[in-house]
Amino acid sequence: MSWIDNRFEEGLIVTSLDWAINWGRTSSIWPMTFGLACCAIEMMAVGASRFDIDRFGAGAFRATPRQSDLMIVAGTVTYKMASRLKRLYNQMPDPKYVIAMGACTVGGGPYFKHGYHVVKGVDLVVPVDFYVPGCPPRPEALLEGLMRLQDKILHQTRAKDPMSRVRAEVLAK
Amino acid sequence: MGTTVLQSGSDVLTDVEGSEQGDLRTEEMLVNMGPQHPATHGVLRVVLRTDGEMVLESVPHIGYLHRCAEKIGENLQPFQYIPYTDRMDYLAGMNNNQAFSIAIEKLVGIEVPLRAQFIRVIFAELNRIASHLVAFGTYGLDMGAFTPFLYAFREREMILDLFESTCGARLTYSYITIGGVHDDLPDRFLEVLDEFLDYFEPKIDEYNQLLSFNHIFVKRTANVGVISADDAVRWALTGPVLRASGVNWDLRKSTPYEIYDRFDFDIPIGLPGGREGVPRSVVVGDSWNRHIVKVWEMRQSCRIIRQAMAQITDGPHIAAKVKNVKLPDDEVYVEIENPRGQLGFYVRGDGSSIPARVKVRGPSFCNISVLNHVGKGCLLADIPAIVGSIDIVMGECDR
Amino acid sequence: MAPEEICIILTGEFGDGVVDTVLDACRPYAVVRVDGWSDIARFLRDDGRMRFNMLQCVTALDLLEDNKLAAVYDLFSVPVVGVGPCATLRQHFAIRVEVDRDAPHIPSVSGIWPAAEWHEREAYDMMGIVFDDHPNLTRILCPDDWEGYPLRKDYEFPLEYHGIPATTEHQLNSPRH
Repeated sequence: MSWIDNRFEEGLIVTSLDWAINWGRTSSIWPMTFGLACCAIEMMAVGASRFDIDRFGAGAFRATPRQSDLMIVAGTVTYKMASRLKRLYNQMPDPKYVIAMGACTVGGGPYFKHGYHVVKGVDLVVPVDFYVPGCPPRPEALLEGLMRLQDKILHQTRAKDPMSRVRAEVLAK
Repeated sequence: MGTTVLQSGSDVLTDVEGSEQGDLRTEEMLVNMGPQHPATHGVLRVVLRTDGEMVLESVPHIGYLHRCAEKIGENLQPFQYIPYTDRMDYLAGMNNNQAFSIAIEKLVGIEVPLRAQFIRVIFAELNRIASHLVAFGTYGLDMGAFTPFLYAFREREMILDLFESTCGARLTYSYITIGGVHDDLPDRFLEVLDEFLDYFEPKIDEYNQLLSFNHIFVKRTANVGVISADDAVRWALTGPVLRASGVNWDLRKSTPYEIYDRFDFDIPIGLPGGREGVPRSVVVGDSWNRHIVKVWEMRQSCRIIRQAMAQITDGPHIAAKVKNVKLPDDEVYVEIENPRGQLGFYVRGDGSSIPARVKVRGPSFCNISVLNHVGKGCLLADIPAIVGSIDIVMGECDR
Repeated sequence: MAPEEICIILTGEFGDGVVDTVLDACRPYAVVRVDGWSDIARFLRDDGRMRFNMLQCVTALDLLEDNKLAAVYDLFSVPVVGVGPCATLRQHFAIRVEVDRDAPHIPSVSGIWPAAEWHEREAYDMMGIVFDDHPNLTRILCPDDWEGYPLRKDYEFPLEYHGIPATTEHQLNSPRH
């Protein structure tokens, strides 16, 4: 959640502003090159000639978390990697999104049973917005995940959550 | 107090005590490269001890993708384990399937039909091309050239289309299996493959013009990270890394498995500069040679595929009754030539259908272990050049 | 050279150092005594008839029923142009060293074949075999604070690692098969 969120009452200005900001954010998602394993190759294929993620404005793969909005966790997360993953996530500026790409990040995948060193799902480490199943997911599947993420961003608002006041009151009691 | 400087063009460290810079004191610094770094090809972590721009020590740390493949091998039947071999060297799934299948076939004594062997050779070589294309493209990325990556992936997608038409998967095939291959070739496969080869072979020259003989690329890679032939063998380096050091060693030729003895092909080895169009600054065993050997190997793979297409016979594509085989109380160690080097499988049976031990000798594991030895005394910017030319896949390095 | 001849030479040179030779296996090997292993390794590398210049693989085995651990060394002699008589040798052989499970100490051969350094670290990490005189015997694949040796047959999977649950209710309750 960035500084502008959850400050103003809903109104004409806020909704127009929402539309403009969301349009900007949707069309320029900068993913982080966070390839861990097999899925990273499909993530590269998405960025390469045939599938061309640039069509959706998400082709600017950044090598540093500080410049990226989206972390595509592509591949198996191990315990040795988990703390690094968390640190990288914390370094990303808000608003930040996470796509869990592949069966391993969704829930351990083929390494669920005998994988003593595999984290059984990246959502145990960082919050996940979208899950893209598959082992590995086809590039089209990742693009679908990206478009669902764009849908999500499009429907975000800067306005105050009407429930937030109620929630605060409940918590105060 | 003396400082150390790097003499240009060599790895010699010289003490310049008493010179003008003699009173200059430089602090050593630890630079942590990875595990999240675009030039480490996955989750390799290299801890560099640097003196200014110069690398005094480069210690690779691995294990960030340790996925317990060997433990899984002890808990599943061999044919169930085939999909896990795909995920070790995920750029060369076919070759990994083939290595494990050969190991089990040798242990149990399964005769593979001839047609299946031809199909295996075709797919193993196609996968070798696809893998080298990724190596070529990402090495360009490491050296700051983005376009070769797009070219390489364009051709790679065509190979993946061929794979997809045969087994339905783009990356993790499980196609080559114990006793043969899973399905027969689809209709018109060989014609499409022929068209692809006609299209692809001239492209190799294009790649060389685009990247390999590019002046900037040669400057970045020539005479960088030189590995002598003796060192290469002592450190058990294999594959293109070994051949770039001038050792004429390829398991397909020297100890042929499957039906590789039926084909006529050459083994590209590293060449010194000035010969056969090789840039002058190149020496045997440097990063440029490690790169160009892979490009040359793609052409040889095309030759093998063409011969296999001409010689392929009709017949069954898989031996009868290969599931639920009982593994004898015996052990086997098989190595085959993977795109990255010699991939070895050690399988030990105990009379049941589940192996008692499966051990994988990953070529990347052995190849990257030499990094500290090679990286001593080079410049900081040379480390990505060396790591990229060794062409590791962390999936099989950590397993 | 055939594995039989290698075994004969080894037994002739080292006598009791070679405990057993298994020649009818899929891949023949010799079992050697742990205290003589360094000398045998040096002999295998340097002798003109052997010239095993490449250590391909070190496999650690858990022989639970015998209460032993073992390390299997796969050796190969690669012909390198210009390095003398080995130019014609292309032989493969394996050596097995067995140690007691309670005190698994094997002399390191990383001084003889540098390739052994990482392989031995892996064997230590996965199976808990201690290689004496190893320059840097630390865990290589698992994190440094990992507990237990995962590839041992009696290894218990962790339930949690640094606050990340390692198992789920379902896995705990589902029947083992």
